[in-house]
Amino acid sequence: MIAIIQYNAGNIKSVENAVKRLGFDCLVTDDMDQIRAADKVIFPGVGEASSAMAYLRQHQLDGVIRSLTQPVLGICLGQQLLCEHSEEGNTDCLGIFKAKVKKFPPHDLVPHIGWNSLTDLKGDLWKGINSEDDVYFVHSYYSEICSETIGTCQYILPFSAAMHRDNFYATQFHPEKSAGVGSVILKNFLEIHLI
Amino acid sequence: MLKKRIIPCLDIKDGRTVKGVNFIDIRDAGDPVELAKRYVAEGADELVFLDITATIEQRKTLIGLVEKVAQEINIPFTVGGGIHAVGDVAAILKAGADKVSVNSSAVRRPALIAEIAREFGSQCVVVAIDTKFENNEWSVFTNGGRVAANRLALDWALEAEQLGAGEILLTSMNNDGAKQGFALDITRLVSMSVNIPVIASGGAGTKEHFKAVFEQTKASGALAASVFHFGEIPIPELKSYLLSQLIPIRCN
Repeated sequence: MIAIIQYNAGNIKSVENAVKRLGFDCLVTDDMDQIRAADKVIFPGVGEASSAMAYLRQHQLDGVIRSLTQPVLGICLGQQLLCEHSEEGNTDCLGIFKAKVKKFPPHDLVPHIGWNSLTDLKGDLWKGINSEDDVYFVHSYYSEICSETIGTCQYILPFSAAMHRDNFYATQFHPEKSAGVGSVILKNFLEIHLI
Repeated sequence: MLKKRIIPCLDIKDGRTVKGVNFIDIRDAGDPVELAKRYVAEGADELVFLDITATIEQRKTLIGLVEKVAQEINIPFTVGGGIHAVGDVAAILKAGADKVSVNSSAVRRPALIAEIAREFGSQCVVVAIDTKFENNEWSVFTNGGRVAANRLALDWALEAEQLGAGEILLTSMNNDGAKQGFALDITRLVSMSVNIPVIASGGAGTKEHFKAVFEQTKASGALAASVFHFGEIPIPELKSYLLSQLIPIRCN
């Protein structure tokens, strides 16, 4: 069973649809026990960092997420909340990844909306994916490049398109909205077997 | 590199796809879900669904359609038509849409843009502007192009950005349906003046028209309907042409 964490952020339906299209059972839930018991956990989200973190703390989901040992995939705001700190609402986040989340400088259109290419791909999330394949982004804040970066995107500056540490994976882009390439990446995550 | 987006638009009436020519004559172009799936398979970057006869009674039909589309496709899509309040937006996003577009209701009550942006984020607010060139200026029209809004397209685009719009969908009524190309001048002016993406709409008839709008304006995407619905310009052919012309386009 795949648990998709329900909280006060949007775009959860699309993630649920994408997981189901790949033939996996999933459950959208904010129940701690169901989240802890899941084979894999997806932490999606489109929303605002400080209100999302406040909601997670209020429902004690912050501690639950930090303590998970099965594969976890943060998507978009999910990736940013797994970082240390976000400039959005000056928010302390979950601290799984060492990176800070910053607002794009206004040297080009912000938000960064649309299809952009991935480079410097490392690890097993990218089986069947080629460097320069395009995926779909929608965001105004970005996670810095750090030692946990496993994929890079260039927009105004290079930033972490994907991150990985231990059982935690994350993508700034939306695999559930990235056509065939996104389905492959999501499937790669859903098929990860931790040793 | 960020790619230019090719966006088929599906006008929806009573759950079916239709396309007006100059907003009046309407021809049937099929089942929206099937059409949407075909576009995704062909490489469309995004889809827009406009419910052109949205009324309160039809709202439930539209929500059902949005749910079906969301189950079937894996690219972003926008839903517009008859959105007057934050509650309308909540229902559409919950059904699985990525963005909503507002037009007449936002002209009548601009605060609607700010309300949606505050509740759901700017990234999901597309402000659709229908504009017509007459008396030497580009003016805004509402209600499917029937009512003059007494304001200029550029002023309204800038105000919409200030209020929290995430994108502008700019349709030239002079060009729409005529297949003589996009309105390059107003698209250039608006896309150079705002700091949010502008989608050019109205007038696509040939592949060269797409090249022109991407080369001669700062448009982030180009939207068309009938040239796609009736197979006049197959999307794969359009994309490989644009790529050969060195326009950044997604081809995976």
